[in-house]
Amino acid sequence: MKKQNNKQDQPLTSILKCRDVLVKFGDFTALDRFSFGMADKEIHFLIGPNGAGKTTFLDVLCGLTKMSDGSITFQKNYSIDDKKEFEIARKGIGRKFQAPSIFPHLTVQENLEVAMKQEKGVFSMLRAKMTKKQKEKIDRQLEIIGLAGKRDILAGGLSHGQKQWLEIGMVMMQEPELLLLDEPIAGMTEEEEEKTGSLLRELKQDCSLIVVEHDMDFVREYAEKVTVMHEGTLLSEGTMEEIQQNDKVREVYLGSKGADAHA
Amino acid sequence: MGLSKWIGTKQGIFIVLLVLLAVLPLILNDFHTNLLGRYLAFAILVIGLDLVWGYTGILSLGHGIFFGLGAYIMAIYVTTESSGGALPDFMMWSGMTELPFLWELLSNPVAAILLGILLPMAIASLLGFFTFRNRIKGVYFTILTQALVLVTVTLIVSQQRYTGGSDGLSGLSTMFGFSLSSPQTQLFLYFLTLVVLAAVFYFCFKLVNSRFGKVLIAIRDGENRLRFSGYNTAYYKMVVFTLSAGIAGLAGMLYVLQIRIITPTMIDIIPSIEMALWVAIGGRGTLLGPIFGAILANVGTTFFSENYPELWTYFIGLVFIVVIVFLPGGLMSIGNKLKRKRRGSDHEEAEQQAGSAADKHS
Ligand SMILES: Nc1ncnc2c1ncn2[C@@H]1O[C@H](COP(=O)(O)OP(=O)(O)OP(=O)(O)O)[C@@H](O)[C@H]1O
Ligand SMILES: [Mg+2]
Repeated sequence: MKKQNNKQDQPLTSILKCRDVLVKFGDFTALDRFSFGMADKEIHFLIGPNGAGKTTFLDVLCGLTKMSDGSITFQKNYSIDDKKEFEIARKGIGRKFQAPSIFPHLTVQENLEVAMKQEKGVFSMLRAKMTKKQKEKIDRQLEIIGLAGKRDILAGGLSHGQKQWLEIGMVMMQEPELLLLDEPIAGMTEEEEEKTGSLLRELKQDCSLIVVEHDMDFVREYAEKVTVMHEGTLLSEGTMEEIQQNDKVREVYLGSKGADAHA
Repeated sequence: MGLSKWIGTKQGIFIVLLVLLAVLPLILNDFHTNLLGRYLAFAILVIGLDLVWGYTGILSLGHGIFFGLGAYIMAIYVTTESSGGALPDFMMWSGMTELPFLWELLSNPVAAILLGILLPMAIASLLGFFTFRNRIKGVYFTILTQALVLVTVTLIVSQQRYTGGSDGLSGLSTMFGFSLSSPQTQLFLYFLTLVVLAAVFYFCFKLVNSRFGKVLIAIRDGENRLRFSGYNTAYYKMVVFTLSAGIAGLAGMLYVLQIRIITPTMIDIIPSIEMALWVAIGGRGTLLGPIFGAILANVGTTFFSENYPELWTYFIGLVFIVVIVFLPGGLMSIGNKLKRKRRGSDHEEAEQQAGSAADKHS
């Protein structure tokens, strides 16, 4: 299933279909009939100038912001239009926020324990015991995010980069089908960036990813597909090469601003 | 774990406290034992309040009402038993000829004891249902709990013929045929309260150390984040608020049997705020701290108001300011501070970072 050769150029199974998504904040239109689709197990980058609506789009996908119009279908036919955040999360959409958001008064291990995929109702939680399998999963995750030595430390005491890692670990523990990452390498050292990149590739084995990123080198390195947004609309979509050759894109983004971003 | 180390844990400290409280009646006279028994009822209440405020980060300034409902319901039962089926005096004065339905119902001890816990829980879950689901939180929720106090107290005062109005209920003389004014009965009630305190502490201790308890802390630390991890946080908050209201009702029932009077002023805004102060003084989110906070603050109140009545209010105000400014973690943080001094600065940084994050959530 996974390594399907689609020589006939058949579209891969689609995991997300968004049609004419409209989001308004008062008079301001943040997403203007934005349509978007992606295939299963794809790394899809979202780029665009500041204020283009990238974060807003992720917010809509995870239920934080409600759309005024349009429709979003996840997997086969799960409509997220009227769903609450926790329902969407349970269905398999995980979100990593831009500013690291973890639980500072729980230990590193407890953060993962709470985030882990499991029955999350009150009564299941009251009865929950750490099973051997869960323990192993947490141990493995701690290794992956490089925090095994800090497992019993309160997460509030971690450095900025470590908090980012912890949050990535937390969403991984949720075992999402679709993972939304907002500027995951912002504020990271070059070494950490590389580590994050290889982690993304690893993640791709199990889930689809939408990554918002400003760093063009990073996008070029890891993107399979790129969507360029501008003022709440879709400007262009394709591989990185296709995008770079697109005149409209050069004009609004890669041209002037892209040069700045590299400097 | 060695014995000396075990004594230093929360369970250890609590067991030592229990033993101390169990032998104190040997030393204290009847009057002081009775006073201490009332404070133990408050100690039960603050454990529940700490679950809500200390662990989950929801400040309720309305627990006086949940406590008061338990107290009133128990008082109504005892009044009916004490008057042997006759109408209580205040009802006759207001021209009633027979017991109202609610009193009739509460003259059954089983119904009274159950309702003393279940009614506060029902009211709390209703309030929780309409607020938490609509994302009303922080100060707004706290104000609503104060409004609940105002409404309930006004209702009690205005329905004089059913509730005794502002005079309250004071004809509490016998329960199950035992005289409530006899020292033996009161000594029994003291130990009953102590046993309930131990049971409630044990239960809540288990709770906060379970995965459920970690979810509560996560709600306090970052409720939004937790929603995106797949938790219906509103439901969790409702459950914990309801639970703590039930504990408050239970505490109120034990309290009223020992003080033998209940009036609206005892459950009004000021007492409701004081309850939260005891939690803060003892140390939020520690379960044990609030127990010390409740007992010490009340011992202090009694001592000062007996000896320096005019200075008392200033004193409690001062204590509160001192705690907020110098000991934001309450009495329980003294131990940690001492430990830290000994261990050096390594731990200090991590704990301080975590601590400053805590302040943002208060
Ligand atoms: N809650 C809100 N209320 C009003 N306006 C908002 C709100 N959230 C976002 N906006 C506006 O919507 C526009 C899109 O914002 P968004 O955060 O989605 O941009 P972005 O593409 O993520 O930009 P950046 O690259 O700076 O992160 C911005 O102009 C922003 O000011
Ligand atoms: Mg953004």
